[in-house]
Amino acid sequence: MPTSTAKIEEIVSREYQHGFYTPIEEETVPAGLNEDIVRLISAKKNEPQWLTEWRLKAYRHWLTMREPTWQNVRYQPIDYDAIHYYSAPKMKKQPKSLDEVDPELLRTYEKLGIPLREQELLAGVAVDAVFDSVSVATTFKEKLAEHGVIFCSFSEAVQNYPELVRRYLGTVVPYSDNFFAALNSAVFSDGSFCFVPKGVRCPMELSTYFRINAAKTGQFERTLIVAEEGAYVSYLEGCTAPMRDENQLHAAVVELIALEGAEIKYSTVQNWYPGDKEGRGGIYNFVTKRGICLGRRSKISWTQVETGSAITWKYPSVILRGDESVGEFYSVALTNHYQQADTGTKMIHLGRGTRSTILSKAISAGHGQNSYRGLVKVMRGAERARNYTQCDSLLIGDRCGAHTFPYMEVRNSSAIVEHEATTSKISEEQLFYCQSRGISLEDAVSMIVSGFCRQVFQELPMEFAVEAHKLMGVSLEGAIG
Amino acid sequence: MTMAKQPILEIRNLHVSVNHTPILRGIDLVIHHGEVHAIMGPNGSGKSTLCYVLAGREGYTITEGQVLYDGKNLLAMSPEERAQAGLFLAFQYPVEIPGVGNMYFLRTALNAIRKHRGLEPIDAMDFLQLVREKAKLVGIDERLLKRSVNEGFSGGEKKRNEVLQMAILEPTLAILDETDSGLDIDALRIVADGVNALRNDQHAVLAITHYQRLLEYLVPDYVHVLIGGQIVCSGGPELAAELERRGYAELGSQVTAVVQ
Repeated sequence: MPTSTAKIEEIVSREYQHGFYTPIEEETVPAGLNEDIVRLISAKKNEPQWLTEWRLKAYRHWLTMREPTWQNVRYQPIDYDAIHYYSAPKMKKQPKSLDEVDPELLRTYEKLGIPLREQELLAGVAVDAVFDSVSVATTFKEKLAEHGVIFCSFSEAVQNYPELVRRYLGTVVPYSDNFFAALNSAVFSDGSFCFVPKGVRCPMELSTYFRINAAKTGQFERTLIVAEEGAYVSYLEGCTAPMRDENQLHAAVVELIALEGAEIKYSTVQNWYPGDKEGRGGIYNFVTKRGICLGRRSKISWTQVETGSAITWKYPSVILRGDESVGEFYSVALTNHYQQADTGTKMIHLGRGTRSTILSKAISAGHGQNSYRGLVKVMRGAERARNYTQCDSLLIGDRCGAHTFPYMEVRNSSAIVEHEATTSKISEEQLFYCQSRGISLEDAVSMIVSGFCRQVFQELPMEFAVEAHKLMGVSLEGAIG
Repeated sequence: MTMAKQPILEIRNLHVSVNHTPILRGIDLVIHHGEVHAIMGPNGSGKSTLCYVLAGREGYTITEGQVLYDGKNLLAMSPEERAQAGLFLAFQYPVEIPGVGNMYFLRTALNAIRKHRGLEPIDAMDFLQLVREKAKLVGIDERLLKRSVNEGFSGGEKKRNEVLQMAILEPTLAILDETDSGLDIDALRIVADGVNALRNDQHAVLAITHYQRLLEYLVPDYVHVLIGGQIVCSGGPELAAELERRGYAELGSQVTAVVQ
């Protein structure tokens, strides 16, 4: 192996920086899953009867399902009876303000670079902080409320806006949708809820910061975003977890609903613990994300930067029901060491003149395996539907893999569907060119990789774009040799 | 005050192989500050190998000899250390780097070199001004600066971009690897002007070329002829003209006869 390859690999394998554990007293339910646990979770959250029933229906349906096996990832079977389905920092009562939040929790978020005190925050971003199973704080609530925007934890929404939750919950991802969605519907603990009323342009970026802390727990959060007619909202989520030798399951469900002329922009920077260099530990990130463009000319845009997790398995999708609605998917997925990713999207064209764009950038290093899997489905009534898909893969080293599984189902002859794919390697020539200009090998690699991802990074809100660039650099450390 | 100047580059009996095939077979060359040297030779004589070995590219085995740069062992330095120490190679085939802005690339390079010299990173406005000024000098369209590094550039644009980089990085020793190939006469003049602008007693240039054309604009102090991995003869600028007249073949056979 030429020395540059060895060095590239070294650069891509720096240590995970968010791997610390917060010693805090947590209340955890016994391991395992049965109807009592489901009821217990629901009772802890003081939920109305209909929601408890909904959870139980989901649980019973889940019992009839089998874990899917079609994905291009490998892992040891998950022992669902060994997982604790609920874990929350002990709090005497729901904190009314940040002054009542355990300072240890505030320090945790500060350490992660997410200060929760509003005066320290980036002025333009409201944050909901979710720690294991519960939301610990949501910032800028009052300011948002002035505009009629509801942004709170899912649990609070159930208490304060039960009609809204009941009207929309499970309408995009029904509990019977798939194995992990059913599991989530039964045991979901918290997450974020956002409602932007008619004609309102949400005045700031909304974000949720998910943190897994407790051992042997799963995190099952649920996010629901509704944008009424002509509303606009941009939402970001970030994720980290401590370093542990065992794997932990994260099975979230995200539902987005855009009414006529509404636009939802959803960005993710996922940096769950990826496991160590030998592939021990790390998060199983098995997530169902789906949005529906219900109204005419509505738009849903997913942007994701996936650098963490031992396994990432998700397909943020858009159902384009409203005429002339628009779906977009921009993705960067990076796998290093023994990480695996099987990710992509589904664009379901139902309405006339619907358009979708898919841009996927996959980077594989070390023994990383990266699959793009995407479905473009044009139904009979989707006159003049249009899709453009571009999948690019970049390989670093010679032990990693990139795979593409594009599916297309077109039932309307006026539709235009395009697919382009490329696979390339970081060339020794490019590296040498940068080095011969005085740029270190490490900087050269991160520069070339950032360049490769540029079209996707451009879609991220400014604050996150900077973060994403840095994250790529860190995640790639040790990949070069 | 006069004192014996230390050469910027000193190549002593350099032997280089690629995959066990000897390519350079005993090169000796000394370049002082302020001098412009030209190396001419036919295809396959080892010209590009010499460039890459000096710039530190992988894949070349030094079997014998040494190279001193400013008195230090050049061959022990990484490519970026060489660049930071003031060595610059203008590539014969500059590489495209998709998605990386040309300006960003240039600034990163300049700051890496400044850092090595103990200077602060250049201020964004100062940089912009510097680039505009140099871009004008080498006749490069400002729109090219906004594009990705060399992506979609014509052959001539790529070469000009190399000269622009050189003008901004102000190397102590600039090595031009057939920078003149594929250029029309106007572009050639611009490249030569760019190099000439750098010409003073602080800088040195090693121009590698197949044709004598470039040397009409870039008048060298010394001309060396490289054939079969050896410098077979050296002289002043008049040697280039003679070569043009008589060709490498004749000169080559003559020299071989002498050596034998």
